[in-house]
Amino acid sequence: MNLNLDFSVVLERWPSLLDGAMVTLQLACIATVAGGAIGILCAIGRRSGPPVVAALCEIYVEGIRNTPLLVQIFLVYFGLASIGLQLSAMTVAALALTINVGAYTTEIVRAGFESINKGQIEAGQGLGLSPAQVYWHVILLPAIERVYPSLTSQFVLLMLASSVTSQISAEELTAVANYIQSDTYRAFETYIVVALIYVVLSLVMRAGFFGIGQLIFPRRRRLGTPL
Amino acid sequence: MGGSLNLNHLLFLLQGAGWTVVLSVLALVGGGILGFAVALCRVSASRAVRLVSGGYVQLIQGTPLLVIMFLTYFGLPAIGFRISPLAAAGASLTIYVGAYLGEIWRGAIQSVPRPQWEAAEGLALSRTQRMTRVILPQAVRIATPPTVGFFVQIIKNTSLASVVGFVELARSGQIINNSLFEPFLIYSIIAVIYFVLCYPLSRLSRRLERRAGQGRGQTLAPA
Repeated sequence: MNLNLDFSVVLERWPSLLDGAMVTLQLACIATVAGGAIGILCAIGRRSGPPVVAALCEIYVEGIRNTPLLVQIFLVYFGLASIGLQLSAMTVAALALTINVGAYTTEIVRAGFESINKGQIEAGQGLGLSPAQVYWHVILLPAIERVYPSLTSQFVLLMLASSVTSQISAEELTAVANYIQSDTYRAFETYIVVALIYVVLSLVMRAGFFGIGQLIFPRRRRLGTPL
Repeated sequence: MGGSLNLNHLLFLLQGAGWTVVLSVLALVGGGILGFAVALCRVSASRAVRLVSGGYVQLIQGTPLLVIMFLTYFGLPAIGFRISPLAAAGASLTIYVGAYLGEIWRGAIQSVPRPQWEAAEGLALSRTQRMTRVILPQAVRIATPPTVGFFVQIIKNTSLASVVGFVELARSGQIINNSLFEPFLIYSIIAVIYFVLCYPLSRLSRRLERRAGQGRGQTLAPA
């Protein structure tokens, strides 16, 4: 075997790799925020909505969780095109990732809701909190604080999964890698470098989520223990 | 170009679904063997073994499966290894699944209550006996629901084998679409087939989880 690796031709392309990494992070951020919001709304819908809404939310969650992201991306891409909407690959990618992570977030937040002790809710009511206040202070915030670690792992997985959007030519990191390897014929080196960039990105995201967690959950910061 | 969706197309899709199942089982078996080794390494007495296996898990869990697929299918031939699409997809999935199952099973092993470890040691069982006779039988019960749940992830992830040209369900859909050009219809059918494969397993996983929860609740109640 004649191993002769040359990483320099790949590393020379660092500006486009950096651009790709930025697009990946951008996709991940959009889908995290939008998908997180959808997930929380659907979890509330499943818990407290009228039966029709709860059923719709469940169909959404089960439908997304039991089909591959690749197929979902194609469905959004061609589905929007067939009703005459021509959106850019980036928009479709962000939309598909949002729909996808929304379903997983719903399931995680729902588990958080189920972990709230009934006595807590009764105590909140007994203290004269309004229903909205009980929902916010006693159910929603503590539930999210409890499932925050699972949520953040899900969002990191989402960032990695965004590589699949290269298949509809969204210009994120994996698409950049495909381009570089077809240009330099250095497939092995290219994908090794890109894999390492993804590892770095996931570490960055984990660190970011840890910091955000410290900021928004002061109780956890003070006591250093999970709820 | 031309024609409409007919029985032959559906049979072709079902054949693709068959390959999806084959690849999923391959990945589960290969990844299971690797994952079992990783789980044991992660709780090993040797610090070096723990560090290396932990590094492997961190590395794979920080890399998209798609990039691993590209690395094996396009990267290995570039440095002189010929590899078929099935071998590339199987190897990538094995490496990927091994890291995740290893982590799930490490959690299961470590959640066997501490007194069980101590009791086994107190009975003068060797390290191997303690693992095989006391810890693993209990860990298997804890690990079953999440493992079934992860099998659903494996089935969905085999769709990425389509990008290296392995003709499983997603790829056979693309092939049919190239001749019919009815993407929305065809991908909807494919989504339904994936759902039919995955949903029963999701339900099973949830049921097992509930039952295991009850069982554990009962045994731990006196403590």
